[in-house]
Amino acid sequence: MTLRVSDLACARGPAQVLASVSFSVEAGEALILRGPNGAGKTTLLRTLAGLTPPITGTIMHEEDAIAYAGHADGLKAQLSVTENLTFWASIFGTDDITPALTAFDLHPLADRRAGELSAGQKRRLSLARLLVTGRPIWCLDEPTVSLDAENTARFATAVEAHLAQGGSALIATHIDLGLSNARTLDITPFIAKGLPASDPFADDPFVGALS
Amino acid sequence: MSSIWEYANPRRFMATSGALLPWISAIAAVCLVVGLVWGFFFTPNDFRQGSTVKIIYVHVPSAIMAVNAWLMMLVASLIWVVRRHHVSALAAKAAAPVGMVFTLIALFTGAVWGQPMWGTWWEWDPRLTSFLILFLFYLGFMALWEAIENPDQAADLTAVLCLVGSVFAVISRYALVFWNQGLHQGATLSLDAEQNIADVFWYPLITVMAGFGFLFLALVLYRTRTEIRARRVKALIAQERMA
Amino acid sequence: MIGLLKRDLSLAIRAGGGFGLSLAFFLIFTALVPFGVGPETGRLSEMAAGLLWLGALLACLLSLDRIFQLDWEDGTLDLLATSPLPLESVAALKALAHWLTTGLPLVAAAPVLGILLNLPGAAYPWLIASLFVGTPALSIIGAFGAALTVGIKRGGLLLSLLVLPLYVPTLLFGALAATRGAQGLDATTPLVLTAGITLGAAALLPFAAAAALRVNLR
Repeated sequence: MTLRVSDLACARGPAQVLASVSFSVEAGEALILRGPNGAGKTTLLRTLAGLTPPITGTIMHEEDAIAYAGHADGLKAQLSVTENLTFWASIFGTDDITPALTAFDLHPLADRRAGELSAGQKRRLSLARLLVTGRPIWCLDEPTVSLDAENTARFATAVEAHLAQGGSALIATHIDLGLSNARTLDITPFIAKGLPASDPFADDPFVGALS
Repeated sequence: MSSIWEYANPRRFMATSGALLPWISAIAAVCLVVGLVWGFFFTPNDFRQGSTVKIIYVHVPSAIMAVNAWLMMLVASLIWVVRRHHVSALAAKAAAPVGMVFTLIALFTGAVWGQPMWGTWWEWDPRLTSFLILFLFYLGFMALWEAIENPDQAADLTAVLCLVGSVFAVISRYALVFWNQGLHQGATLSLDAEQNIADVFWYPLITVMAGFGFLFLALVLYRTRTEIRARRVKALIAQERMA
Repeated sequence: MIGLLKRDLSLAIRAGGGFGLSLAFFLIFTALVPFGVGPETGRLSEMAAGLLWLGALLACLLSLDRIFQLDWEDGTLDLLATSPLPLESVAALKALAHWLTTGLPLVAAAPVLGILLNLPGAAYPWLIASLFVGTPALSIIGAFGAALTVGIKRGGLLLSLLVLPLYVPTLLFGALAATRGAQGLDATTPLVLTAGITLGAAALLPFAAAAALRVNLR
């Protein structure tokens, strides 16, 4: 399962933040996205997930291949851990949530309401959701926020297992996960500084409206 | 000069509209002054309605423009949705307050005319009610534009609202006829009607109508130009910040 | 697809889901009417059908912003948008869930509240029927409005401003069916027209709502 991105330009709101991004991620490989805050990691991941349309460029992957996990956990406080996972399993047409519970050690919490979990436990639950999607390409935005060292390792193990099964992952993170088959992509060179030099009005047609 | 879409470029639009605007404004002013003076002072009183009939020279054109302004917004919104021309979206935004004011004028003059004719300022007649609802649609459209920061997003959402609103406005129009048959006289200006108004009223009326049309055009162009300038300021500030 | 419906229903019913608030509003609205228009049973009974329709509409309006707002805030909407479920289905299912938890209880409560307003006996079947076929349209139109305003902070008032004009035909036909029933007239035509609006809205508005959601998720 390959993800191929060529000459991609992404926008956050009205402003272009990234330009001519090109990379590819092969099956079994993880790509760690790095870059300063506000560089556009989240924008890039949202664009890859299909939430934000790209300005230009192509994103090639098989249909329905990407599982996205953003900053927000996407959990329902009133539902139990099992119910939250079962819901996503039914949406993605998978039915077994046990591997997901096992991978993130959620069995002891299975009947607790998500609203009663700590921030780290919520994070584990939202990462466990990735396993029930059954999708090969994971796009993860700061997945280890509020995880302790033990659970970060648990997450790394889950990613390793996913890669071993022929999946791939794009992870925007600042910490070293210690993945065996990981490349790092610094997106700093792709940051769209102001407007492209070739056509000063390409970004916003209104800049040149009066001149 | 190969295609009309060239005017979708803001710069092109600014140049052309800037050149046309004085002429359009002048035509609007001439038509309005001639038509209104002619209508108010040089036409006979109606044998039934007396001098109150003269409010027709404001009421009918503003009512027609109130509906046409919404139609223009609908077309502009469709152009934005299909071809992503920013000027089109801004023109729809610019037309909304103008259309709203025309709707208000139509409602107000209608009330003033209705009082001596029907003995009441307001009647829940299908025509009056549908203009009231049209007014609410204008309010909603403008409120949605104001509420969203990202202009492209606002343009998209208001365009969807305009499309759906148009469908519901048409349904409401027929629903209201079903609901209450109403007092309002039939259309004054249908071409095939037997009981049409006499030529002596008709000529000043079409002059005023042309005046209102050009006035609308001038106001929309003027406001679109303002919107483009505002967008330019925003773009320049953003550019400054990123540099 | 059933999963989303089941989840929305259980979320609405569990603590903090706001189930019953609309119902309580409907009750209070009906109880306040006589204070506004006077307690004469004759006058109340004349207006009862229309007032109950209006009350149901306002009660429905009250809970519209919950349709997408909560899912938007906790990131669920992002995840749903990347799921195999098309956003059109999401919008339609959420409108259905809203109707099942808000509209349907209102339909059930309307006859009871009809007693408070001295609704004529002949009106009951027409009122229930017109609310039953009309309230789904309120939920679907409301879901469209909620999709438009989902990204706006404190968009509740704006949502009402956008949705109320769209409610005009539904209210008009629905209340007309109930009022005609109260007068002992045949109300089939307005009833069928109410159903027509519901069907038309159900067929078209999920697409408009999904388009609005996509724009808001960008």
